[in-house]
Amino acid sequence: MPPQDGNGASQSAETGTWKVKAGLAQMLKGGVIMDVVTPEQAEIAQEAGACAVMALERVPADIRADGGVARMSDPEVISRIIDAVTIPVMAKCRIGHPVEAQVLEALGVDYIDESEVLTPADERFHVDKRPFKVPFVCGCRNLGEALRRIGEGAAMMRTKGEAGTGNIVEAVRHIRTVWDGIRRLQHMPVEELMAEAKELGAPYELLLETRSLGRLPVVNFAAGGVATPADAALMMQLGADGVFIGSGIFKSEDPAPRAKAVVQAVTHYQDPEIIAEVSRGLGQPMRGLEISQIPEEELLAKRGW
Amino acid sequence: MKIGVLALQGDFEEHITVLRNLGANTSEVRLPEQLQDLDGLVIPGGESTTISRLLVRWQLIDPIRRRASEGMAIWGTCAGAILLAERAPDLDREGLRLMDIGVERNSFGRQVDSFEADVDVTGFAGPPFRAVFIRAPRITDVGGAATALAQLPDGAIVAAQQDRLLTTVFHPELTDDARFHQHFLALAANGAGARLPRQADTTDAVGQTA
Repeated sequence: MPPQDGNGASQSAETGTWKVKAGLAQMLKGGVIMDVVTPEQAEIAQEAGACAVMALERVPADIRADGGVARMSDPEVISRIIDAVTIPVMAKCRIGHPVEAQVLEALGVDYIDESEVLTPADERFHVDKRPFKVPFVCGCRNLGEALRRIGEGAAMMRTKGEAGTGNIVEAVRHIRTVWDGIRRLQHMPVEELMAEAKELGAPYELLLETRSLGRLPVVNFAAGGVATPADAALMMQLGADGVFIGSGIFKSEDPAPRAKAVVQAVTHYQDPEIIAEVSRGLGQPMRGLEISQIPEEELLAKRGW
Repeated sequence: MKIGVLALQGDFEEHITVLRNLGANTSEVRLPEQLQDLDGLVIPGGESTTISRLLVRWQLIDPIRRRASEGMAIWGTCAGAILLAERAPDLDREGLRLMDIGVERNSFGRQVDSFEADVDVTGFAGPPFRAVFIRAPRITDVGGAATALAQLPDGAIVAAQQDRLLTTVFHPELTDDARFHQHFLALAANGAGARLPRQADTTDAVGQTA
């Protein structure tokens, strides 16, 4: 909406550019984004050092337990969380539900997560994210999925993991798979890239960019199953730019110290002595789920196309 | 010359990339002992509440202040600007409070109001600097010891300098324009004799900081 009277922007000023959308994710790097369902939880997360919060009605573990259709949260819940903290606030819309995204933009959230944790609204297509001023983060399990989402306008990625399980195994699988896809590109002669683009179902130009950068063209966090400081540091050592932690904080025995410890472990992810120190006496982590015990149709990571 | 980049949280890698491309020897700083023998320290963009807590937790505040008094140059971008300010009333932890400026956090609005704009910078030759403002703070006042380096058309101050301390509320590390990084390397190299970049003959700032 340039020019904006009163906020100092000039004729040259532009809002909603790719640079400011991708740039906010760059500011979140090396940080922890925590799921919260109340203003009080948001304050605990901010106090612990979270670099952003994800405003929700229910954390993924409860969504999983409750079943039924999971939708965008009540705007009232989101607005109260926005009012409670000064750090960025994210919120989730359903895959392929642009109107939920429009509502979240109107509420003033800082990032929209088009998320497989909610029940998809469209089983073929995702939201066209480019026309929005607010940036989007999307989940991925592999390079092709990541580059399709970026092609649609996502300014940040997160590997999916399996949300609400407290089990890190899927998060590890997904981030390793993304890196494997990137390394493959880097060792591929250029004439093979178009066929690889066809194989991956991803835009050719983004393959070229990823190959030359040696990483995804946008910030990539890890998500889905982080429960301990060591889990968070593991994702950082595997090359994540930062960590989302959902049920892992507020489904644990003592959320505040655990939240703080996870933040410290992400900053000092290469320092085992510090990770050991911050991991002491945190009480019980959330109770985890064995992935193989979850019925196939209840796996969230499979949602997204 | 050795430049540290505070790596508690934020876009420290982006700063390191630009500095390395300019030939600087860089290192990541997470603990007090990593401040030794630095000529300059960059405090990157990030979340100021997060970085302020980590500065306290890892007991970095006093060591950074001490190194600054010994002549280490410091440049804060965005969150870094908030942490350098003497007056940051809406930061709920004590920052470094090294620069005679006041700041207001998230002063331009939420993320949908984040913007890019051209700014003229005192002493920079060439075209205006394309500045990226992300949930940016604003410099609300500049005291006698500091000097404004750049303003938006409505007068909002967006960059300032005080001797070897530099602050920008926008993110030069997100652009291909390395003039601020070059300027900071010059500050770090010049030590106590550093001065503002000279522009023609009209900068009223040169005399104040020489």
